Amino acid sequence: MNDMRKIEPDVTKTAAKITAREVNVHYGDTHAIKNVDVDIADKTVTAFIGPSGCGKSTFLRCLNRMNDTIDICRVAGRIELDGRDINHKSVDPVQLRAQVGMVFQKPNPFPKSIYDNIAYGPRIHGLAHSKTDLDEIVEKSLRRGAIWNEVKDRLNQPGTGLSGGQQQRLCIARAIATEPEVLLMDEPCSALDPIATAQVEELIDELRQTYSVVIVTHSMQQAARVSQKTAFFHLGSLVEFNDTDQIFTNPQDGRTESYITGKIG
Amino acid sequence: MTDMTIGDVTPCSRSLKRVAATLKRRRRKQALLQWIGLGAISIAFITLFILISSLVSTGWQAFSQTHLTFEVFVDPAEISAARLPRGGFDDALVVSLGKLLENADMSDRDTARAVEGVLSNGAQFQLRDLVVADPSLIGQTITLKVPVADTFDQLNKGLIDRDTPEALRRVKNREIAWFDELKAQGAITKPFNLGLFVNADSRFPELAGLKGALVGSFWALLVCFLIAFPLGIGSAIYLEEFAPKNKLSDFIEVNINNLAAVPSVVFGLLALAVFIGWFGLPRSAPFVGGLTLALMTMPTIIIATRTALKAVPPSIREAALGLGASRQQVVFQHVLPLAMPGILTGTIIGLAQALGETAPLLLIGMNAFITSAASSPFDSATALPTQIFIWADSPERGFVSRTSAAILVLLGFLVMMNAVAIYLRQKFERKW
Amino acid sequence: MINRLAAKAIRDNGIKMHSMISYHGMFSALLILVPVLTLILLWLVFKGPVTDSIIMNGLPDLALVGRDVGGVQLVLAEIKSVASGRIFGTPEPWKIDAAGRFLEISNTADRLLIGVVAALALVLLLFARSRVSHDFRARQGVEGIVSGLMILCSTIAVFTTIGIVVSLTYETIRFLDAVPLSEFLFGTNWEPQIPLREDQIAAEGAFGWLPVFLGTLVITVIALLVAVPVGLFSAIYLNEFAPKKMRSFVKPMLEILAGVPTIVYGFFAILVVAPAMRSFGQSIGLDVAPNTALAAGGVMGVMLIPFISSFADDALSAVPQSLRDGALALGATRGEMMTTVLFPAALPGIVGGVLLAVSRAIGETMIVVMAAGLIAKMTINPLDSVTTVTVQIVTLLIGDTSFDNPKTLAAFALGMMLFLVTLMINIFALRVVRKYREAYD
Repeated sequence: MNDMRKIEPDVTKTAAKITAREVNVHYGDTHAIKNVDVDIADKTVTAFIGPSGCGKSTFLRCLNRMNDTIDICRVAGRIELDGRDINHKSVDPVQLRAQVGMVFQKPNPFPKSIYDNIAYGPRIHGLAHSKTDLDEIVEKSLRRGAIWNEVKDRLNQPGTGLSGGQQQRLCIARAIATEPEVLLMDEPCSALDPIATAQVEELIDELRQTYSVVIVTHSMQQAARVSQKTAFFHLGSLVEFNDTDQIFTNPQDGRTESYITGKIG
Repeated sequence: MTDMTIGDVTPCSRSLKRVAATLKRRRRKQALLQWIGLGAISIAFITLFILISSLVSTGWQAFSQTHLTFEVFVDPAEISAARLPRGGFDDALVVSLGKLLENADMSDRDTARAVEGVLSNGAQFQLRDLVVADPSLIGQTITLKVPVADTFDQLNKGLIDRDTPEALRRVKNREIAWFDELKAQGAITKPFNLGLFVNADSRFPELAGLKGALVGSFWALLVCFLIAFPLGIGSAIYLEEFAPKNKLSDFIEVNINNLAAVPSVVFGLLALAVFIGWFGLPRSAPFVGGLTLALMTMPTIIIATRTALKAVPPSIREAALGLGASRQQVVFQHVLPLAMPGILTGTIIGLAQALGETAPLLLIGMNAFITSAASSPFDSATALPTQIFIWADSPERGFVSRTSAAILVLLGFLVMMNAVAIYLRQKFERKW
Repeated sequence: MINRLAAKAIRDNGIKMHSMISYHGMFSALLILVPVLTLILLWLVFKGPVTDSIIMNGLPDLALVGRDVGGVQLVLAEIKSVASGRIFGTPEPWKIDAAGRFLEISNTADRLLIGVVAALALVLLLFARSRVSHDFRARQGVEGIVSGLMILCSTIAVFTTIGIVVSLTYETIRFLDAVPLSEFLFGTNWEPQIPLREDQIAAEGAFGWLPVFLGTLVITVIALLVAVPVGLFSAIYLNEFAPKKMRSFVKPMLEILAGVPTIVYGFFAILVVAPAMRSFGQSIGLDVAPNTALAAGGVMGVMLIPFISSFADDALSAVPQSLRDGALALGATRGEMMTTVLFPAALPGIVGGVLLAVSRAIGETMIVVMAAGLIAKMTINPLDSVTTVTVQIVTLLIGDTSFDNPKTLAAFALGMMLFLVTLMINIFALRVVRKYREAYD
């Protein structure tokens, strides 16, 4: 932890949940992520911003090893969750993903009922002991996902029948039903209209109470609204990582400044 | 593992423990699924392997044919120039053959007939054709190489078990002795069975060949190609490039898709009722077969052509249209040439299917017993698959290996056609 | 060519043409070739039958008395071979007469054809030539002809369907004149023998299609029991678990399996599978019929494996990546993702494929013709020998030319039922598949 302090003194005020060191990702011949070091604090919203193709989503997918599913993708470097290397061969990606949930750019409810969507995680992981137990988890997750009031009367209807914003909150509720410790969000609002976006942003703010949230976003306004920490990626490198206020008011790097003032991106 | 659960027991870490507890069981389930899948694929492969190997193991013998080479005295007493093409060719053969066999009492009629049975029934015709072509051979001794009868062919190939009691065996002991005697004299050879390709069908397995079937299939496929290819392409171009999106073109499209799934035997019924029954076209003719196959192949070609046309990017059409070309000029001068490799691939695959199609050809009578190759698409003929069907139905044992051999020939053609299709696809495949 | 030259002449005179000169040439070529070729084709097709019937009608009446259809054809063949100069033995004088007439007719026909074609071509040529002028829109003319031809091509498919429906309906109605509909649909006895003599009542056939249909169902069910599990699990493995290299090897191999003609499978069934099953049955004390439904159905199942597996593979691949990601991100193993998310999501597409496989199994002919039985029994015992609709069609029609006895017509009635059943399944299946594709596009 000592060397960490030297690099990023501000970040270690609260204990780091995830520590990434010298992470490099190759897609075939493309060097997608170059030497990224980052610390993600617990019970904080961390935003990754940067122009498209800068690698922020790729990096996010490293954190729960979703890149394993892509054949040509190679990840090097050390990523620790609570001090344990997640790429170590003793770590089962299945277990890791139960711990580190993820919400995607496009809402992707399963073609099942709303109830079954939420119950999917708890069922496969065997988290519920009984039907009532499961009912409880479903209700709790839907409440936390701020969608309970809208769907409580139609739990048996297909999740694909909801509106876009509702679908995305359903997916968030589905992700938190497995009680993860970290929630990764890959541009969760890019497919939503402004009202739905506002609802999801509100939800993200509430989730901060319990989880460590990492959100990738295109929109700097959104990063400014929801996050406490912001990391700026450019061409695969982490350019700057600081408190959100600092990044937006007093960027240290010229490239960050250019980006937030709209000159690159 | 341990350092993760240090500190207070949060809900998170509790659920983590549960997840960890289930992992082993879940991994096992996944492994089970994988093994079942692998097993399923192996079943498919093992069957393919058994299929091919059983065909090869029964069929390879038919690619060689046992022949007997011996001196034949063309006896003027039996064969006279005046009576050609008639004459006692069989007697001349038997007498000459009898001289080679020490223990055969040729004066005994039964023995003489048994000796004659060593030779194929076709041997006398072979001799006859030689003599008819050159009557000066009468009175001379010539060396003749003729196929032996099916049972002796089987004996030579080891397909007849010599240890079976004589009563249950089709070759008797003395016949085996004669055969071994001939073999010891070096008169028996087993060259490549050219007859399989140049002979037409016959009742005698050792003479039966595929020529008639190959020629019949060739005519049928030619007719099929000449009809299905232009019609299929025309139809596909119209539907893909010109047809207005209305109920009619929708109906045509549904129609084509359904036609592709109609059982082949129904096409046979159609051909029988319409082409033969109403139009009065000849039965068993490759022309009718080709017509039927064309109707069946057309949906395949249409679907392949449309896919190929769809794959040509709209930018090419727009570029040509922008230069003032008419829509037909665009399609025929730019789009069609680009789509041609895909169309050809689809056509070859369609023709390969047509080559293997049997049921409709049976219904229009292309399973007739015909001993000469067709010289035009309107003559009676068999086709490769129907010939296989006829041989598979024949009781003589020699036809079992002939059938397998014919299937191998058919599969050989199919592999060749598919190889050409794959080659075309790879050579001309273009990424846009 | 003439038009092209004429057009060129006009252009050379300095007048601006509306269409390119090559279009003028093409226009005249098409205008002449299309009708002439059509005429020649029709002529060739109908010349044979027409001359045949003229010859046969011209024969002395007593010549054909007491000959059946085959005999009549034999006479015709004899006449033709006499006409072409191959004479065996001494044909009756009326045959030689007929042969002479045959030659005469066919020569006249050929001369007539040449004459008609030449006249037609000349008329069209003159017409086309008269159209050449600087403002004639030859390109539009050509394109009009071409698109007319293309429309004609696309209607061939419709005409084929109409042909199938009309011919089957026509023959079926004739069949129903002889056999009442209720007996055909609900009769449980299928013995398509026809009386050899008019007064032979004992041998009257029975035409109830139920046992035949039942046999078809038995074999179809056996085939699906083999093909569906094997095909589905292969597809699941190939789609999710197989290494890339294995996939690129297995997929073409399955395509080979799909490309094997069904007659090969039929021969395989009688050569290997049926004897193996019979001896296995004997070794465990079961009485297995030599042409057991199990052998035919099992081999048909093998034939359907690649069909189902490629359909299921396509359906699984059509499920969007986002659903895979969603399941994996929740911590599902790949196996769980497959069984609980991908498979249910792909189910409609898979069901469509299985239905198409059912229709193929019902319509499959050669495997069952070679490996299944001929006698219709009301049984669902897979060890027994059963017959199918397609087997009956083929056996009833092989080597029989006359269209007027109930035995032949029964084949058409069975064909009608086969067509209707498979058509319903196909339409339904294609609709399911189409809906499914739209859902994920």
